[in-house]
Amino acid sequence: MKILVPVKRVIDYNVRPRVKADGSGVDLANVKMSMNPFDEIAVEQAVRLKEAGGAEEIVVVSVGPAKAADTLRSAMAMGADRAILVQTDETVEPLAVAKILKAVFEAEQPGLVILGKQAIDDDCNQTGQMLAALTGRPQGTFASKLEIAGEEALVTREVDGGLETIALALPAIVTADLRLNEPRYASLPNIMKAKKKPIDTKAPEDFGVDVTPRLRTLKVSEPPTRAAGILVGSVDELVAKIKDMGVVA
Amino acid sequence: MKALVLAEHGGGTLKDSTLATITAATQLGEVTVLVAGQGAEASQAADAAAQVAGVGKVLLADDAAYGQMLAENVAALIVPLMDSHDALLCPATSNGKNIAPRVAALLDVMQVSDVLSIEGERTFTRPIYAGNAIATVESTEAKLVLTVRGTSFAKAEATGGSAPVESLTGAGDAGLSRFVGCEDSASDRPELTSAGVVVSGGRALKDAETFAAIITPLADRLHAAIGASRAAVDAGYIGNDHQVGQTGKIVAPQLYIAVGISGAIQHLAGMKDAHTIIAINKDPDAPIFQVADIGLVADIFTAVPELTSKL
Repeated sequence: MKILVPVKRVIDYNVRPRVKADGSGVDLANVKMSMNPFDEIAVEQAVRLKEAGGAEEIVVVSVGPAKAADTLRSAMAMGADRAILVQTDETVEPLAVAKILKAVFEAEQPGLVILGKQAIDDDCNQTGQMLAALTGRPQGTFASKLEIAGEEALVTREVDGGLETIALALPAIVTADLRLNEPRYASLPNIMKAKKKPIDTKAPEDFGVDVTPRLRTLKVSEPPTRAAGILVGSVDELVAKIKDMGVVA
Repeated sequence: MKALVLAEHGGGTLKDSTLATITAATQLGEVTVLVAGQGAEASQAADAAAQVAGVGKVLLADDAAYGQMLAENVAALIVPLMDSHDALLCPATSNGKNIAPRVAALLDVMQVSDVLSIEGERTFTRPIYAGNAIATVESTEAKLVLTVRGTSFAKAEATGGSAPVESLTGAGDAGLSRFVGCEDSASDRPELTSAGVVVSGGRALKDAETFAAIITPLADRLHAAIGASRAAVDAGYIGNDHQVGQTGKIVAPQLYIAVGISGAIQHLAGMKDAHTIIAINKDPDAPIFQVADIGLVADIFTAVPELTSKL
């Protein structure tokens, strides 16, 4: 089975984003960028399936600027075999990404697609579900456990009240939640080897996908700031404050 | 505008997140509520939806295919209904986040996720970058597909309405997926996302026993839901459905008490809209104190039991 893993280059999760003064967006100039943390988990899961003999090839794909090639190299250093970069300098919305991924899905015919559950920049949580819809395949979102059992993928999902397990007919689309696994660090030899692995560069037009945004961002602003708080000196003072709130029966 | 709300229900009643989503929908226009499910629980939930103030009509799809809210089946049920509706609103719960984008793609429209406010018929605000920025977006799509952050809208009144309930037959089982089983984390505490008071613990709690020994009595005393940071969940102190943050649950209680939580941006994304935040931490430089209304710099292992006993 071939596994397709879409990855996204995003602002590093440790960086506190700064809203631009003109309200046009978040300032990404000279900010550290990394692979979206959920996508690292998706790559790790694909590599583990391959190591367990459940997959022959792992193809990673990214839609983004030329620098997204670095993200693809990171994924190949973790164990992916080859990469596809769909290069564009536009901001591409989940629906357009899903359409590009659908075309890649049809060309590559993977048995499984593993995505991250959401990207930490737009926080949309849509692409995997949209890809599943467009390909007409079942979806296992927010996966914390994934097993291949014959012609089915068994996916344990993190849902609001606990966990639920569903069985999906393959090919299936799975999105990774945080607890699916602990992604590995790429070793130096693997980073060197990854430089020799192939990246096939394409453009959205190659897939006939129009990436013009459907939503217009009118402005981006800072969230309301909270008024400065106070420090109390003792538990007794804190008790008095809580009692004043009337939350104690 | 005609708005369709996908109800999230359980045990024959609507979840609070659905009532909040109905409030959002009433800001757009006429409201129809879709209850998909199976058996008596679904029909009771439909009756409950009919009582909700502001609801014009309730559609009930009672079929084994919808009992577990599998996305493949429920999305296929919703898509034809969008011929006669202009907007779909789902609560931004694990269910809503699972189903809404599938519907959006089938309709070939972009979804607006996690709507915080409705600024106009087609203009919405939503958080990006873990809530560190708020984007105002305008959709010119033929159909609106929105997921709604429950803590940002007041709950619709559960009584006062008298909407008719119509039965609906959908396409049934798409045959792509099946439900195998679930592990509910049974709890008689208030639901985390709708609790008035939340007591949360972090990595500093050391282990599951200590977490329970320190956090549970305080939560009991305040009739609070129990939350946790990702560090506490990953370390196995408590189940992941207690995680508060960008990747866990978003809460906005009256009172949030953060015990031994440093306040990483991913955690703050889940709780910084709480009305009052109390932080108890021994590190005076912990970022949590920057958002806390009331802070206490103290050793949690002595301060929290003392607090519990004095309340």
